[in-house]
Amino acid sequence: MTNATIQSQCDAAGIGDLAEKVFRSERLSREDGVRLYRADLHAVGALANWVRERKHGDLTYFNVNQHVNYTNVCNKLCRFCAFQRLPKQEGAYVMKPDEVAEKIRAQLAEPVTEVHMVAGIYPKLPYEYYLDILRAAKEVRPDIHVKAFTMIELMQIARRAKRPLAEVLPELVEAGLGSCPGGGAEVFSDRVRDEGYDKKNTGDEWIDTARTVHEAGLRSNCTMLHGHIETIEERVDHLDRLRLLQDETGGFQTYIPLSFHPDNTEWSHLPGPTALDELREIAVGRLLLDNIDHIKAYWIMLSIPVAQMALSYGADDVDGTVVEEKIYHEAGATTPQQVMRAELVQWIRDAGRIPVERDTLYNVVWSADESLARAGAAAPVAVV
Amino acid sequence: MIEASQPPTDAPQPRFDTPSGRRPQDWEAPLASRSSADAEVARIAARVEDGERLSAEDALVLHERADLSTLGRLADLIRSRKHPDGVVTYIIDRNINPTNVCLTDCGFCAFYRSPGDVEAYVLSRDEIYDKVRELRDLGGRQVLMQGGHHPRILSDWWGELISDLRAEFPEVNSHALSAPEIDHFSKFEKRPVEDVIRDLAAAGLGSVPGAGAEMLVERVRKIIAPKKATTDRWLDVHRKIHEAGLRSSATMMFGHVETAAERVEHLQRVRDLQDETGGFTAFISWTCQPDGVPQEHLYPEKATPAVYLRVQALSRIFLDNVASIQTSYVTQGMKMGQMSLRFGANDFGGTMIEENVVSAAGCFHLESVQTVERLIQSAGFTPRQRNSWYGIVDERHEGTAFPANREEAATHRAAPAGAKA
Repeated sequence: MTNATIQSQCDAAGIGDLAEKVFRSERLSREDGVRLYRADLHAVGALANWVRERKHGDLTYFNVNQHVNYTNVCNKLCRFCAFQRLPKQEGAYVMKPDEVAEKIRAQLAEPVTEVHMVAGIYPKLPYEYYLDILRAAKEVRPDIHVKAFTMIELMQIARRAKRPLAEVLPELVEAGLGSCPGGGAEVFSDRVRDEGYDKKNTGDEWIDTARTVHEAGLRSNCTMLHGHIETIEERVDHLDRLRLLQDETGGFQTYIPLSFHPDNTEWSHLPGPTALDELREIAVGRLLLDNIDHIKAYWIMLSIPVAQMALSYGADDVDGTVVEEKIYHEAGATTPQQVMRAELVQWIRDAGRIPVERDTLYNVVWSADESLARAGAAAPVAVV
Repeated sequence: MIEASQPPTDAPQPRFDTPSGRRPQDWEAPLASRSSADAEVARIAARVEDGERLSAEDALVLHERADLSTLGRLADLIRSRKHPDGVVTYIIDRNINPTNVCLTDCGFCAFYRSPGDVEAYVLSRDEIYDKVRELRDLGGRQVLMQGGHHPRILSDWWGELISDLRAEFPEVNSHALSAPEIDHFSKFEKRPVEDVIRDLAAAGLGSVPGAGAEMLVERVRKIIAPKKATTDRWLDVHRKIHEAGLRSSATMMFGHVETAAERVEHLQRVRDLQDETGGFTAFISWTCQPDGVPQEHLYPEKATPAVYLRVQALSRIFLDNVASIQTSYVTQGMKMGQMSLRFGANDFGGTMIEENVVSAAGCFHLESVQTVERLIQSAGFTPRQRNSWYGIVDERHEGTAFPANREEAATHRAAPAGAKA
């Protein structure tokens, strides 16, 4: 859509002044952010799409990755979580470093470039354990990028090491840590934290930890868990705090809005966000986080229909293939990762975008259009 | 979450071809960012904004070159003009398939069984009564009944069933049969289709679903449904249904062997008949669901959701003389159901406490009234229950329902062709 069309759409939605600001590359205020949550979704989406196309054109990123959740034991008892188990509860598990290695080995025949490793907080795990699982992954597959440990896990690791995180991080990097995922930020508001996850770190602690990570030269992602008991103002506050840290460090690669899923949680009476709510989070994230390059529509959480549409509401990344390990020995057989990769490429293409496979640090691995994004080069991002 | 399908054990099977030699799954969506610089798309968008009727050529340009944001914006604009009250309707209904016996052998259908098959069935009157009673007790307004093309279950059997149901459950409308089934009765009973429709209407048939349209293009029908009523016949049966004072809906199943131009041709055929009769209440499209169907190996991968939304939005923009666009959440899921309300749809369809046909192809999304209402509301619309003729029957609705029955519906036709909504 042309700027004039978007402007008139935004005028009709009462956010014409915000469109003017965006076209002038002027930062939106917190008050502007609150208005974005209340204005017509198509207008907000068109504006976010304008920013997305300015920054990335049609390029849409994905990677070929695998997940390892090394334990589901956790002492944080967050009300929104369906994954956690107490140490002796049925279904509780902790993977030994060997088992982590086995998970990586199972996909050696697949073109996996990243392992995403996150888990619960199990206080009995010693500091060495964390180093061991990093080493185990790298030993089996030296070229894999290990994106591991959310901020609360890093705080726990430093606690077990009995040293400041800044001192511990180089050792984790030495053992194989490549970057950090963005999960676990939830909503920074103290009010929401007190009601839903009071044993978890505060918003300030999350921000401080992320700052330490960035100062150690590591990149990370950031998230917001939306659609439970938080208010619009609390969401804007969260996004603004991410934006301020990014001004300071520039260390965030990607922002990922995470949808609260009520099933099997203590908050199962809450309805959770709808598809249109999810599209709005993508769009508002794109518009407020003017200093973060990428906005991810995490397709496994959103479903394919919402992820496809999110690519027209501000998102330029869809996460990865995330196929559970299965071993196929038949020569010539299509592997699950190949099937999933082909499906991702197809549905990104059907959404009117150009699929680009990236590695964790946004270097192009494969591109559907070499003239726009060249394999081996860094992903092109225009400054808006 | 999609599970990876099993790797094929044999060499790839040959699939249906299209005239271009490209299969639909090779169809390339236009690159979104290029659409904003496309003067032709902008010209057509301006025409839509001005309330002008689009030609088939214009519609094809939108299909092939417009981005989803533009299609969504235009479809949403037309929806808001046609339904300025912001109401999104749905109906409490149930599908009953009295028999699964069918002679048409459509390769995309996982539901039917041939006569004599061990899994062939015909429901007893008691079984049907139990199902309708359950529906009535839930406040249901419509029973959607379709069978296969059974060689001996013909219009007298159906007429008796409909008439008995009407006597027993007067508050539940029989929204039943389809153009191909009525055509089948006419052939097997060796009498004109008008007579069949007249008898069924006399028995109490209240409205007719638009099923069996598949793709109203002969090249396509010859490939996917060669034994079913032809395009002209499908349209002619609907013409006669409308002439008999009954309303019907129109449908389209896409995402198999058709081209983009053929999708537009289908829409054109529906619009042309609607200009003539004004008898269609709504248009409903869905994507072919090829999992587990008899000719699965011939069909392409299922069209992805963005393609569904593109076609639905285009149908809202093009069908200026059809009042309602119904989303197909049964095939697309509730998330798409809600998003489609901003891409042209104003009707959520039925809550369907029973569905058998697409669920036979492994695709089914059963939802409660509460969920449907919440999704409609959180999309910014007012949910209201309707009857088969799209009259609002909700007790929260002010005033009496109109149209309240098929007689009122017969005189309440769509706006004249080309009129600004």
